[in-house]
Amino acid sequence: MSCPLGMNHVCCTRISGLSVRAGHTLILDNVSLHLHCGELTAVVGRNGAGKSTFLKALLGVIPHTGSIVFEGEGRVATNRPRFGYVPQSLAAEQGSPVSVGDLILSCLSHYPVWFPRRTADKKLIRDVLATVQAEDLSLRRVGDLSGGEIQRVMLALAIHPVPDILLLDEPVSGVDRTGLELFYQLVSSLRRNYDTTILLVSHDLDLVARHADRVVLIDRGISAEGTVRDVYSSEAFIQTFGHIPFGTADKAGGTR
Amino acid sequence: MQHIYNCISIILPFEWLAPDFMKNAFLALLAAGPLFGILGSFVVSNKMAFFSDAIGHSALTGIAIGVLLGIQDPTAAVIGFSMALGFAIIAVKNRGSASSDTIIGVFSSTAVALGVVLLSAGGNFGKYQRYLVGDILSISPNEILMLYVAAVVLIVIWIFFYNKMLLVNLHPVFAHSRGIRVFAVEQLFSLATAAVVALSIQWTGLLVINSLLVLPAAAARMVSSGSRKYLTFSVLISLVSGISGLALSYYAGAASGASIVLVNAVLFFVCFVIKLLRKN
Repeated sequence: MSCPLGMNHVCCTRISGLSVRAGHTLILDNVSLHLHCGELTAVVGRNGAGKSTFLKALLGVIPHTGSIVFEGEGRVATNRPRFGYVPQSLAAEQGSPVSVGDLILSCLSHYPVWFPRRTADKKLIRDVLATVQAEDLSLRRVGDLSGGEIQRVMLALAIHPVPDILLLDEPVSGVDRTGLELFYQLVSSLRRNYDTTILLVSHDLDLVARHADRVVLIDRGISAEGTVRDVYSSEAFIQTFGHIPFGTADKAGGTR
Repeated sequence: MQHIYNCISIILPFEWLAPDFMKNAFLALLAAGPLFGILGSFVVSNKMAFFSDAIGHSALTGIAIGVLLGIQDPTAAVIGFSMALGFAIIAVKNRGSASSDTIIGVFSSTAVALGVVLLSAGGNFGKYQRYLVGDILSISPNEILMLYVAAVVLIVIWIFFYNKMLLVNLHPVFAHSRGIRVFAVEQLFSLATAAVVALSIQWTGLLVINSLLVLPAAAARMVSSGSRKYLTFSVLISLVSGISGLALSYYAGAASGASIVLVNAVLFFVCFVIKLLRKN
């Protein structure tokens, strides 16, 4: 398949022997994993199993050992792929004077957000928010948004510009049902149209079962890895979460 | 300088602005008002009020180092030491697991104690007490010029780095994912804060410097919905309270730094009431 993002588009992320330490504590131990473009890989695990640490190591925020290689088409390695990252929450408290428009402009423009808005800026903000049907949020303060609203805004930012790798850290924890559907429609259209690599950390095992192409169970290291069926019926998974029905996920490929 | 004095006399023929030292103070506040308003906006957003307070207190050690080195005007030593301390605090905060409050507390108390020990060793600590209360009326034209230079530099930083600082403040990992060098941006802000605090400490005094930074922004925060209003209100409140505080101190014969803080505090409560009224 020809790729709209061109030769630099990251098609395979090879993680080998990835370990993270905090002082003497081993948080991640020897994780080896391949992530493929156009696939949604879900990372599941109990609290404190190292899921968020794994994302941070991938982003290059925390020091780690082992190697992470981002390969483009024709095995051309790039040093720094374009990440889209949807964090669990923002540090904006209620009443903090940052509007959604400020947030979007500060991500996408060098024009200082405290200068008077130009017409082009207003259009940019509208266009970005339109992708998640949230145009009406532009003047609201970031700290006053609900969990679902903030995550829609963060998803809109994560896909502008279209990323090589989309990292979703518990992205749907505060989203209602309509928002959820919209969320997964967007994510699958990214996969389909842009061949993006998607990594999703989630506690919602039903959703993972429905949408993930591959599942990785992390507990410091990788305890189980494979299709939803493989992982959900593995011993390590059942010990952690019990039996979770995954019948709906039998049509491999989820929402694709 | 005489030309500027004449201009002020013609445009603003007030009694309190008649003496030259009041004109100097007025000119200083015209630069310092925006300077504090701008810088304070991020000190408050970043929850770094304690940080700027620590930097202010560390000025004592800077002065002591200047005295030990035999420098006549310790400003350079104060700025140098404050910036080094600011850099160290952010570096340790980013590496360590202790909370930043604790780290700042440790650095701050060490710096104050060291400053007091060094300055009082000769037995004449009284000589340095002016640094506690400050004296804007003795500000020299050179120091005023420094303030204007600092204000211009800060505005340039705010033009080029405001967006990045905003994202780092909201979510450092998210900022990193968008290609921002988080550590560099944090250091830029902390060094700018350290430099401005150190530069101003001689005429504001270390007892009130932090109020001058925090109050205007804290007041503006309550009545602003976006970055533009926040910064505008913060600068306006800082400027208005600076100048009216100066006039007030002239008639009351009181310390000007503290008078400015009092006006700031009044404006803070006005904004607080406006916020309450809006809610209802």
